[in-house]
Amino acid sequence: MDILIEIQDTQGCVDDAAVAKIAEVFGMSKVDVLQTLSFYHFFSRQCRGKYTVYLNDSAVAEMMGRDEIAEVFEEEAGCKFGSVSEDGRIGLFNTSCIGMNDQEPSAIINKKVFTNLTKEKVKKLVQDMKNDVAVEDLESDGVASNILAKGPILIKDIDLEEAIKKAVSMTPDEVIEEVKISNLKGRGGAGFPTALKWKFCRSAVGEKHYIFCNADEGEPGTFKDRVILMENPELLFAGMIIGGYAIGSDEGILYLRYEYKFLEEQLEKVLESFRERNLLGKDIMGHKGFDFDIRIQFGGGAYVCGEESALIESAEGKRGEPRDRPPFPVTKGYLQQPTAVNNVETFCSVAKIIQKGAEWYRSLGTVDSTGSKLISISGDCERPGIYEIEWGFSINDLLKMVGAKDVQAVQIGGPSGCCIGPDEFGRKLAYEDLATGGSIIVINKDRDLLKDIVLNFLEFFIEESCGSCVPCRAMTVQYKKKLEKILAGKGVKKDIDQMLSWEKVMQMNRCGLGQSACNPVIATLTNFRELYESKLQNKEYVSQFDLAAAVKESCETAGRVPNLGGSHE
Amino acid sequence: MSKPIVATTSLAGCFGCHMSFLDIDERILDLIELVEFNKSPIDDIKTFTKKCDIGIIEGGCCNSENVHVLQEFRKNCKTLVVIGECAIMGGLPALRNNVAPISECLEEAYLNCVSVQANDEKIIPNDDELPMILDKVYPCHEVVKIDYFIPGCAPRADLIWNALVALVTGNEMELPYEVIKYD
Amino acid sequence: MSKITVTINGKAYLTEPDKTILQVATENKIYIPTLCFLEGIKAQGSCRICTCMVNGKMMTACTTPVNDGMEVVTNTEELEKLRSKIVELLFAEGNHFCPSCERSGNCELQALAYRYKIMVPEFDYIYPARDVDAIHPKLIIDHNRCILCKRCIRRKKEPENPTWFVFENRGNKVKINFDKEHTADMDDEMAQKAMDTCPVGAIIHKEKGYDVPIGRRKYDKNPIGSDIEGKE
Repeated sequence: MDILIEIQDTQGCVDDAAVAKIAEVFGMSKVDVLQTLSFYHFFSRQCRGKYTVYLNDSAVAEMMGRDEIAEVFEEEAGCKFGSVSEDGRIGLFNTSCIGMNDQEPSAIINKKVFTNLTKEKVKKLVQDMKNDVAVEDLESDGVASNILAKGPILIKDIDLEEAIKKAVSMTPDEVIEEVKISNLKGRGGAGFPTALKWKFCRSAVGEKHYIFCNADEGEPGTFKDRVILMENPELLFAGMIIGGYAIGSDEGILYLRYEYKFLEEQLEKVLESFRERNLLGKDIMGHKGFDFDIRIQFGGGAYVCGEESALIESAEGKRGEPRDRPPFPVTKGYLQQPTAVNNVETFCSVAKIIQKGAEWYRSLGTVDSTGSKLISISGDCERPGIYEIEWGFSINDLLKMVGAKDVQAVQIGGPSGCCIGPDEFGRKLAYEDLATGGSIIVINKDRDLLKDIVLNFLEFFIEESCGSCVPCRAMTVQYKKKLEKILAGKGVKKDIDQMLSWEKVMQMNRCGLGQSACNPVIATLTNFRELYESKLQNKEYVSQFDLAAAVKESCETAGRVPNLGGSHE
Repeated sequence: MSKPIVATTSLAGCFGCHMSFLDIDERILDLIELVEFNKSPIDDIKTFTKKCDIGIIEGGCCNSENVHVLQEFRKNCKTLVVIGECAIMGGLPALRNNVAPISECLEEAYLNCVSVQANDEKIIPNDDELPMILDKVYPCHEVVKIDYFIPGCAPRADLIWNALVALVTGNEMELPYEVIKYD
Repeated sequence: MSKITVTINGKAYLTEPDKTILQVATENKIYIPTLCFLEGIKAQGSCRICTCMVNGKMMTACTTPVNDGMEVVTNTEELEKLRSKIVELLFAEGNHFCPSCERSGNCELQALAYRYKIMVPEFDYIYPARDVDAIHPKLIIDHNRCILCKRCIRRKKEPENPTWFVFENRGNKVKINFDKEHTADMDDEMAQKAMDTCPVGAIIHKEKGYDVPIGRRKYDKNPIGSDIEGKE
């Protein structure tokens, strides 16, 4: 991966010569290189321009006027999205959510992030690019953290050296026990108990144990990891060190999505200072035999790599396809060794739990969902940004807090989560009620929920499927076709029945992404069925066939005027 | 009770399904007892003279005339049965669906192909009397509602016979393993 | 090795712990439909057709090892229906023209469709733009027929040799590719093996075909799986 990223970053593509070279050096087949290369969104075989613009096309970006911005880019740069300008200077490409939902529209140009884009800013940007202004010097609003409510994780109230010192003065089993008492559950969304994962991993036999931090937050609408990495990476690294100590690992790997490449320099600096302070390295904090270091592994742009076994495959330099389980990563993970993969926020919580005690942690949140949660709020509200709340917070309170009015629906947990309407706003954010990895998108009454949101989410899943399992690869396309049919006013009741019946087929997929790829439709069919029904025709069958459209091209080619009079609809 | 009335047609097909239909051999005598034929190449009745009970369709839709005929069948028949791969998924004519845009297909066929001769004026047939070519070959069920599907290329005579008898008598269709084939 | 007990469809079987559900079922004449699985190559549950209910959860039989007390259900009406939907999806996703395919009658995808008596898929045909690659001296790769099961990828000549087949792209754009240099010296035997590895007609051994006439092929008379079930 590192080699591919380096080549892509320096020469703008990984061309055939580079592929041949990599194959030669590693004694691989060229197609071996290609199969990894072609999996990731940010790698390309053709050059994508001296300046490569990746404009976010996620649902919230579109809500915030992304299409207008795209038009200006195309006009000014003189090429369409998906292509490079004739002089090879500017390439325009779409990309899935880049974790800037609170400051959309936004784009990445050669690793640098440009937020809150307006038509004027885009015009200036393209002009500057035409004038060869270096990317570092291009004007940007920068990336704001937009922290609007701080809680136990975001408040910097502990001495991290003390926390690490305290952890290594305990036995690893004691550390795991403390985490167990805190009832901490994985913050990625699935909610697996952290202590249990560590216990399995610690007891698994292997030459070496690995601990991964999953910072591939790709769920559209989430950006909380980005904020932690910007504001308090020290806390994360402390958590990783404690986790590494607990499972008996000497190597921690931060798997970071390529979209956050702009954070690299700062994070490396933090790691360097940790090493200087003996928080990383040999005999950490004087604990003989506890050697541990952390390295950063970048991804290449693939949502599915947020799935832990896909992340491991990716870190091994392969296509990010989820693995069959069993075996689970805790027994056979990275390089077939026991591996624990935890979320950014999970590690942050661990550091606090160790320092302030499990009982303190349990006093926060609900009985089943202890502690706090960072949520990323975007969409139709006055104050999008990061809010740290205690579990058990209700949606109503949340909407009040963020200044949302005339709310039609709230999307909780991104496209793979659920979509609820006002009659359910009394529900609470908790593992036992509305579980979420952190993405919350507010959708007001002016939006066309099915077209603006559901269709966009389906396209996201089609694009981001790894392509391995049949239902995930093929059924998502069928869902999209059905939804388009209904949106075109040609749907019948049977179409809805079919979409519901397909859900079970989707559950046959190997990973969570695949299993939830139909959720945008199923959730809205459950909670907003009337939106679908209002578009249906009360017939048994409606033909989608359009004779005029079907004969257009052949008549043009033959140079004749279509005679549509003979058709009998 | 009057006999059920049957109509048949071949759209973008090769008439192989009709041939297979005739392969029911001596049962054709039973068939004549069982049903009355209306519009069909079998009796050469060219237009519908009355409403029919069963319409049997071979072939998919590759041009505007196919669409027209299919829509006529839907109007005039209570039950539509498509037979053969072409009607179900486009069949061999649909090999063009994934190859190239229709413009390229027409240019290759009438202008660029090595076997093209004496077309100095570079004309792609454009007489108004000719059916218009569709952008792709459509399976019948994408154009009108189809009630039953009988796969095969061509469907085995036994399968067609079983289906027809089942439809006429209202009994459940027999489906032994050997008769369902796609080739 | 110590024996364990696994219950399949309500009946207990004594077996060894290092086996998969599929192995145990097959040994006991219980047929679980498969497509991406091939005896002798590493299993990877990607077609999902062998999905069974394992202790109440959906799991693929080809990849899941058995353990003591495991309860497996292989054959409910619902499971069969779900499997049939996957077969239908595959027919709609690619360009499967059975009448013009050399593998017709020997094709596992088609055989499963016959077994499930699929008359027409419930899904819209996509007609994706795919090509036929006939550049190789011994093989024709017809991407139209490929069901992306990765059997060719997982079968390797020798472990230490360079890769022959790979997967490229992702999502609905995935396709197989092969290394033109390393497969150039393939002999007829290897080409036939490559073709036999493919469950459908996506890998065709050049200049050979129709040795067995249509009508007398493997699945023309007997359904797929009937050899395992021991039925005629």
